[in-house]
Amino acid sequence: MDLDPVLLARLQFAFTITFHIIFPSFTIGLSAYIATLGVMWLRSGEERYEKLMRFWTKIFAVSFAMGVVSGLVLSYQFGTNWSRFSLAVGNVIGPAIGYEVLTAFFLEATFLGVLLFGWGRVPHWLSVLAAAVIAFGTAMSAFWILSANSWMHTPAGYEMRDGIAYPIDWLAIIFNPSFPYRLAHMVTAAYLTTAFVVLAVGARYLLAQRHEQHGRTMVAMAVGMIAVLAPLQLFIGDQHGLNTLKHQPVKIAAMEGHWDGKVPGDFELFAWPDEKTETNRFAISIPRGSSLILTHDPNGLFPGLKDFPAKDRPPVVPVFFAFRIMVGIGFLMIGVGWVGVWLFWRGRLFSARWYLWPASQAWWIGFTAVICGWIVTETGRQPWIATGILRTADAISPVSASSVAVTLVLFVLVYGIVFAMGIYYINRLIAKGPQGSLVEAPQGPSLGSPLLSASDAAREATAS
Amino acid sequence: MEWYLPVIWAALIGTAVALYVVLDGFDLGVGILFPFAKEDHERDQIVASIAPFWDGNETWLILGGGGLWVAFPRAYAVIMPAFYLPMIVMLLALVFRGVAFEFRTVANTSKKYWNAAFAGGSIVAALAQGLILGGLVQGVKVENGAFAGGAFDFATPFAALCALGVTAGYALLGATWLVMKTEGAVANRARAHAKPLLGVVLVFMGIVSLWTPLSIPRIAERWFSTPNIFFLWPVPVMTALVAYLAWRWLEAGRDIPPFLAAIALFMLGYLGLAISVFPYLVPPSLTVWQTAAAPASQVFMLIGTVGLLPIILGYIVFVYWLFRGKVREGEGYH
Repeated sequence: MDLDPVLLARLQFAFTITFHIIFPSFTIGLSAYIATLGVMWLRSGEERYEKLMRFWTKIFAVSFAMGVVSGLVLSYQFGTNWSRFSLAVGNVIGPAIGYEVLTAFFLEATFLGVLLFGWGRVPHWLSVLAAAVIAFGTAMSAFWILSANSWMHTPAGYEMRDGIAYPIDWLAIIFNPSFPYRLAHMVTAAYLTTAFVVLAVGARYLLAQRHEQHGRTMVAMAVGMIAVLAPLQLFIGDQHGLNTLKHQPVKIAAMEGHWDGKVPGDFELFAWPDEKTETNRFAISIPRGSSLILTHDPNGLFPGLKDFPAKDRPPVVPVFFAFRIMVGIGFLMIGVGWVGVWLFWRGRLFSARWYLWPASQAWWIGFTAVICGWIVTETGRQPWIATGILRTADAISPVSASSVAVTLVLFVLVYGIVFAMGIYYINRLIAKGPQGSLVEAPQGPSLGSPLLSASDAAREATAS
Repeated sequence: MEWYLPVIWAALIGTAVALYVVLDGFDLGVGILFPFAKEDHERDQIVASIAPFWDGNETWLILGGGGLWVAFPRAYAVIMPAFYLPMIVMLLALVFRGVAFEFRTVANTSKKYWNAAFAGGSIVAALAQGLILGGLVQGVKVENGAFAGGAFDFATPFAALCALGVTAGYALLGATWLVMKTEGAVANRARAHAKPLLGVVLVFMGIVSLWTPLSIPRIAERWFSTPNIFFLWPVPVMTALVAYLAWRWLEAGRDIPPFLAAIALFMLGYLGLAISVFPYLVPPSLTVWQTAAAPASQVFMLIGTVGLLPIILGYIVFVYWLFRGKVREGEGYH
């Protein structure tokens, strides 16, 4: 059997990194949410914030563990699977990884111990501070890893000698052209992803008439967050796209399914890009839509795929479709946020089953959008691993294809078990609901909490 | 600058790996001894003794790997593919073991599987780390600065010996940790395990200390040529002394000193290997200077490390202080 080592290495890395990104997408936002709940608890003294904080902390612990161990794998896979890449660019992006460990990983790992196991042992303010430190750590982690990743897309501040990149200007390396956009886009995506999970859990409780007070708090906070961040994300994404047009025009051409750069681009609502005939089949399009978005002029021109030699083009189909799914989910999110705000204003948010039921099922849409976004940007960078510096095909390790194949199977097996069980356990924690304490034994399903002044509280929650 | 920067970095990464070996060593060791626990509440007590620390401990492994990439990319680009299979197996074992920590606290009927995953993951990770260590000390085939060997080059009798030695060493660290951090049946059993483990570890250290100079002339010369031998003789003597003290302290029923002695024993063994191998990072061909990153990269990272490492060590000490004292029978943090 003839195995293609490049394809196998790519499959393996795509699998492990896709698996990994699920967890940071959730824990970046969730740690900030937990810290927010903690601050609201300290300020108001209200028990529901404490219970919610401890409830989400348990879920955070399970997710974070999966994120940590799958991230550990990645830090070694750069070397095991992509040794020529690590050699060619190690001087330049290695330090970003180093700084990530020093400014983020140790903070997160150490203070997670304080948050999880310090309850009852340390003062409340220290638990809340630990949550805030973890949130800061996750954001720092995003900062450094996205800086390194962005450099692979838009390298800057370096010079090449004998096929190896040497640093010239560290600020230019860290703040390379696509980094600010990618950072804003990803962190916002993480917060939106978390908001949809929180919304789904809150909606689930309201529909089941359990933990209703907590459910209201969660739904109101999540809807407020989504209503603000989802439209903001559309704007950030648009800016990111314009930045990509400037620095990686071929990626934009693939995203838009735009073949001929001599004519204005239509926005394809649906099509099947055919790389053989270099056309789109079955296209349903808005004429000149892409030109309007990208150049702010219906007659504006931007490069098409045919302007680049075939060997320098990314695979069009995955980039094209992943982009459509991501954008579609983005618009759906705006709708969910705004409809939610309207319902809240009408006083029906916590009782509108037609809204709450789909919301309770939609926990996964943020994750899907994040994964599709990464497929767009990473597949869109192909055939390069670091744009203009090193091709992916030239970056692999001198390791036999069968070694990579065997370990790929192991990864799929191990991650499959871990992921399935992780989801199962998180779902069970959610089914159990907010309990009195992290230390207490599990109790039977609790009845709905007393009504209290829930709508006032929820309004306060959205305002914060 | 060109000369001493790589040496500073070799010392820093050596320190990170040493801290990893000691810190994750004891919690891996606790996992290796986990199958000996008889009751579920004992298992909870054992896990509680390491739960606040394990995540931070494992971070040193990321720093070791990441640091190697930052400071010595040419070594990283050789070592990782050379030990491809044990490296990936180690990572997968750590995945299983890491999630087992969290999963076993939320699982009911499936708890026994996660107990097994915790123990199995710990054992496999320790064995894999020993294989990598042994394979590295024996040497890696390098041509034109890239790994040029086969997928199973690491699988030698010496590497197998190191795998067992490292596993026994971690178990010793774990046993003395439990002596220090727990009480009741768990602590008593750990004390009973620690003594034979100490003997086994000394046997392995002895075999490695004879095998390496006998099979590799470079190492024999390092230790036994004059004037080196005048400076290096205290290493084996100190090792013997520490081993004797560890035994005495275990016999005397002391709680904390045996753990400190086990750490000292590990550090002496580690120092011995470092003396044997330096200045090679990838024996027998690539030195720390040949594999170093661009000086600009090493300096940029050094600034951050010098500034941040004391802060990191500070809050790590704080957490160990916060969770000081023994975990009593039937006590779990969760």
